[in-house]
Amino acid sequence: MSATATKLTVENVSKTYRGAGGGENVTALRDVGIEIGDGEFVSIVGPSGCGKSTLFNIIAGLVRPSSGKVLLDGDQPDDLLGKVGYMPQRDMLMPWRTVLDNTTLGLELNGMKKKEAHKVALGEFGRFGLAGFEKQWPAKLSGGMKQRAALLRTFLAGRDLMLLDEPFGALDALTRGQMQEWLLDVWQEDRKTILFVTHDVEEAIYLSDRVYVMSGRPGKVSLCVDVKLPRPRRSEITMAPDFLALKQKLLKPLEEAVHGNAMIDDHPTVEGPRR
Amino acid sequence: MNLDGSRMRRISERVLPPVVFAIFVLVAWELYVVLWDVKESTLPPPTAVAESIWTNRVMLAENAWVTIKVILLGFALAVFVGVGIASIIRASRRIERAVYPWLVVSQMVPIPAIAPILVIWFGFDMRPKVLVVALVSFFPIAVNTIDGLRAAEPELLNLLKTLKANSWQRFRKAQLPAALPFLFSGLKVAAAFSVIGAVFAEWVGASAGLGYLILVLNNQTATTDMFGVIVVLASIGITLFLIVSLVERLLLPWYYESREVETEGLELEPEEIK
Repeated sequence: MSATATKLTVENVSKTYRGAGGGENVTALRDVGIEIGDGEFVSIVGPSGCGKSTLFNIIAGLVRPSSGKVLLDGDQPDDLLGKVGYMPQRDMLMPWRTVLDNTTLGLELNGMKKKEAHKVALGEFGRFGLAGFEKQWPAKLSGGMKQRAALLRTFLAGRDLMLLDEPFGALDALTRGQMQEWLLDVWQEDRKTILFVTHDVEEAIYLSDRVYVMSGRPGKVSLCVDVKLPRPRRSEITMAPDFLALKQKLLKPLEEAVHGNAMIDDHPTVEGPRR
Repeated sequence: MNLDGSRMRRISERVLPPVVFAIFVLVAWELYVVLWDVKESTLPPPTAVAESIWTNRVMLAENAWVTIKVILLGFALAVFVGVGIASIIRASRRIERAVYPWLVVSQMVPIPAIAPILVIWFGFDMRPKVLVVALVSFFPIAVNTIDGLRAAEPELLNLLKTLKANSWQRFRKAQLPAALPFLFSGLKVAAAFSVIGAVFAEWVGASAGLGYLILVLNNQTATTDMFGVIVVLASIGITLFLIVSLVERLLLPWYYESREVETEGLELEPEEIK
C-alpha cells in the first residue's frame, strides 16, 4: 500500500443526528479513520447498527459529516456527490428499463448518447455474465444476475472508487460463493478501488487487502487488519491456517461488539464461499 | 410454437371461465323466467332484452352517442384535474398539508345532490353533465397519482444523486415511471365511476342520453327496454375500462411482463405436484 497513491482518506469523521422533537442526540459515528490506496480492495465488517451505512452515505456525498474530513485523491472536494460510485444494498434496478438500459444509467447521466452507451455496455455483458439478457426486464433475472447488472451499472458510471454495500447479502450461499470468485476476477482485471461492506467475516477476508472491523454504538473502527494472503485467491483458501487465524482475530472484536450491545438484533454471520 | 401454444392456453384460461360463467347465468335466468312464468314487466328474459336492443337500435345508438360524449369529456377533464392536483400537491409539503384533507372531504359531498345546483348554474346543455362526470371520477385519479409520485424508492433516488442526476432527471427517470402504474389503477376506477356520473347527471336535467332514456322508459314501465339501456350502458363502461387497460399494456409492458414472472411460478405449482 505504501507504493500506491492514496485514493480515499477518511479522517476523524463523526456524525451526530439531532434527536427528533427535542429527543436525545444520536451519535452514529465517532472518530472514524479509514484509508484506501489506489486499486485496493478494502472491506468493512460490522454488526448492523455500527454506522456502516452512515459512513457509506458520507463517502458517497449523500450525508455530510458533523466533523472530520473525507479526502479523495488527497483533496477535500466541496461535494462528494457524483465523484464516487455507489451500489446500494438492494439492486435498485428500474423495473421499467431493460437490463441494458439499466446498466447504461450512469453513462446516460454523464451525457453520453444512447447508442454509444449501449455499445459500451454491450462490450461488458459477456464478462458480467449477462449476455442474452440485454432486452429482458430485470424481474426476469435471478438474484445473482440482478446483482451483476447493478454492479455493471456501477462499473460503467466510471468512478475510480466504488462503494459496494453488502452486494451479496441477499444471495444463497452457493450463488454468493460464485459471485465472490467472479468479483475477484473482474477486480483483478480492472483494478478499480473497492470499498466493500459486509456482515460476513469470511467474505471480507477472502476478498480484501485490508479489513476494518467496526463496532457500535457509536460506530467506530475497533480493528484494522491487513490480509496478506496471496492473489489470485480461490475459495480453497478459506481452509488455510493463515485464513482461519485471521478469521479468529476478526471475530473476537465482533463478538464483543455484539455482546456489548443487546440492542443489536442482527448478528454477523460466519458464512463464506463454498467449494 | 411452444411459446405460442402456452400463450394461447393462458389466454383461453383467462377468457374462457368468465364467458362460460356468463352463459350459465343467462341460461339459468331464461329458464327461471320461462319455467316460473315471471311477468315480463317484472323480469324480462335475456332473449327479450336482446330483441328489444335490436328493435331500438337506432334510438339506443343516438342516445348512447350523447352519453358517450359526456363520459369522454368528463373523463378527460377528470384526468387533467386529477393529475394536475396530484402534481401540485406533490410539489410542496405545505400545499399537501393544506389541500389533501379537503380533497378527501370533497368526496363526502354527495355529487348527485350537487347535480341540480350545477344545472341551475350552467343550464341544460352538456356542461353540468360533464362536470358531474369529472367530479365523481377525478378523485381516484388524484389519490392514486399522489401515492404513485411517492412510490419511487428513496434508495433509488439516492443512487441517482450519486450519479449526478438533478431533480428534474430524478423526476423523469424514477418518480414519473414509478407513478404510472398507480395512475392507471386510478384511471380504471375512474372509468367505472364516469358512467355512473353520466347517468346521474342525465337524471337531473336532460332531453337525450341513456340516463334520460331510462327515466322515460321507467314512466312507461317498459322494463324490457330499460334492461336494454342498462346493457348498453354497461357495455360503454366495459369498453372504456378495456381501452384504459389496453393503453396501459402498450405503455407499460414492463409492468405486466414483470408481474407474469411473479405469478408464473404460482400457476405452475399445481402441475408440479401432479
